[in-house]
Amino acid sequence: MRCAVAVLFPVVLMLVACQREERDTRPQSALGSGEQPTPVTTLVPGGQRPSPTDNKAASFEANAFHLSEGKRLFGWFNCSGCHANGGGGMGPALMDEKWIYGSSMESIHATIRDGRPNGMPSFRDKIPDDQIWELAAFVRSLSGKAPSSAAPSRNDDMMAHPSENRMPNAATLGKSP
Amino acid sequence: MKRFASIAFVTAIALFLQGCAGWQSALDPKGPAASELAWLIWFFTGLCAAVWVLVMIALALPLMMRPRERAEPLVVDADADNRKLRVVLTAVGLTAVILVGLTLLSFFANRTLAAIGSDAALTIRVTGHQWWWEVRYEDATPSHILTTANEIHIPAGEPVRLLLTSTDVIHSFWVPSLSGKLDLIPGRMNVLDIKADKPGVYRGQCAEFCGAQHANMGTFIIAEPREKFDAWWNDQLEPAAAPMSDEAKTGENLFLKRPCVMCHKIGGTPAGGTVAPDLTHIASRQTLAAGTLTMSRGNLAAWIADPQGVKPGSHMPVVDLNGDELNAIVAYLEGLK
Ligand code: HEC
Ligand code: HEC
Ligand SMILES: [Cu+2]
Repeated sequence: MRCAVAVLFPVVLMLVACQREERDTRPQSALGSGEQPTPVTTLVPGGQRPSPTDNKAASFEANAFHLSEGKRLFGWFNCSGCHANGGGGMGPALMDEKWIYGSSMESIHATIRDGRPNGMPSFRDKIPDDQIWELAAFVRSLSGKAPSSAAPSRNDDMMAHPSENRMPNAATLGKSP
Repeated sequence: MKRFASIAFVTAIALFLQGCAGWQSALDPKGPAASELAWLIWFFTGLCAAVWVLVMIALALPLMMRPRERAEPLVVDADADNRKLRVVLTAVGLTAVILVGLTLLSFFANRTLAAIGSDAALTIRVTGHQWWWEVRYEDATPSHILTTANEIHIPAGEPVRLLLTSTDVIHSFWVPSLSGKLDLIPGRMNVLDIKADKPGVYRGQCAEFCGAQHANMGTFIIAEPREKFDAWWNDQLEPAAAPMSDEAKTGENLFLKRPCVMCHKIGGTPAGGTVAPDLTHIASRQTLAAGTLTMSRGNLAAWIADPQGVKPGSHMPVVDLNGDELNAIVAYLEGLK
């Protein structure tokens, strides 16, 4: 009996971690991309925050799969062209604590979908809605707003020194191969 | 009963061997590299099988023979001991000779493989992506450089040099009928020389597990006579065909307005994405999504409507399109011969 518990307990613990990797790659909502009424502002008379209309934000936020997909798309859709790898360039840095338009999943989703006046293009119709949520989740992870157990790690080529397998070979150092 | 069993056995073996023929088999070589390897496979298998049979016989014989009566078991029989020693030494010597011989054979086979492309006139850069192949034909004239996907046309009877690399994870390029496999490694360039003796279509497959859709990462080598190959290359350099019907025209507009344009390139249009297969001449290819579907109007629609159903986990997302929009885009792509 004790033994069974000792085996079952870690197994249950391990299964709990499966959620971190859950991969739903097909959009569930029948609404067209970008049609969800995501609020552009959190200011409403009466001081009440409008609540999101679906659970995308919650289900994408801490999911390792969606975060890493977001990271891939950040490069694919050339967000890096203006924001570098989050450090900022022509567009503002995304890895700091300063947010012009708010740091919630919903506001970042709105920023990407609808654009912002000082030069952030609108990606409405150019990125499917789920992929915008993935990007939003990844953008938040840049400033540590995603659980570190799920957030994608930094690229090798951005490390202070090359990864082990790219280090110059001591034997051939200084000689051309 | 016995008769039935033997018929079943022979049929099973025949079916089994059937798998050795066809467009993707190392045992049905269609080029010098594959022939060299196939010969090596048969020779190794034959020799090792013979050795195995001899060992088994040597083991079985003493087991079946009745031990000779010996009057005095403790007396040392020098003659018999010498005989045994000689048998063991001969066996060890033979083993060493066979092992060294096989090593030499494989060494010389490797030299032959390495020499195949030493005078290759054509260089093709093959880049692995999860889960498709980017194919770029190098040329000294920049306007002749051609980028396509998943299908590799080569001139038959000529050696071709493939430069293999990857952008994400390690893949492996393997066209069993033409050559051995070689890995595509991010940040590295591997060189594989291939040659197809005769025109034909040879299937290849990613041979290094690379994620969810590794099994659906196929490729096709299409070997053609030189003139046909040159004509193909020239056709592929042309920009995409202009849409012929109103529906196709609508399709082109939709393609440019919707997410498709972010990832795919269609030559001659503003679509310039480089992270997904080039679609300039998509309808001239025989398959879709790296050999997952055969090319047809229905399959194009199936793929675009639900890539995640056809190839779950693929890096092409489901794009929300209504029926008319889907039909229009398919009509447009279908015309891109
Ligand atoms: C053409 C350059 C450009 C590209 C491409 C671009 N951005 Fe921006 N982005 C900007 C600028 C400029 C701003 C600041 C807008 C403002 O202040 O009104 C901005 C703002 C933002 C913000 C709001 C930051 C804050 O502090 O509130 C986010 C989030 C963002 N971008 C994410 C993205 C993502 C994700 C992508 C890729 C899909 C992307 N951007 C692509 C230029 C760009
Ligand atoms: C986020 C990037 C992305 C977007 C957006 C996208 N695709 Fe794709 N597409 C891909 C990738 C990646 C593949 C290769 C998939 C594979 O084989 O695993 C692909 C494959 C294809 C293929 C098959 C190509 C071949 O050589 O077999 C077609 C056709 C296609 N896409 C059409 C479209 C159309 C039409 C749209 C717009 C409705 C679209 N794609 C939107 C990334 C994208
Ligand atoms: Cu693979």
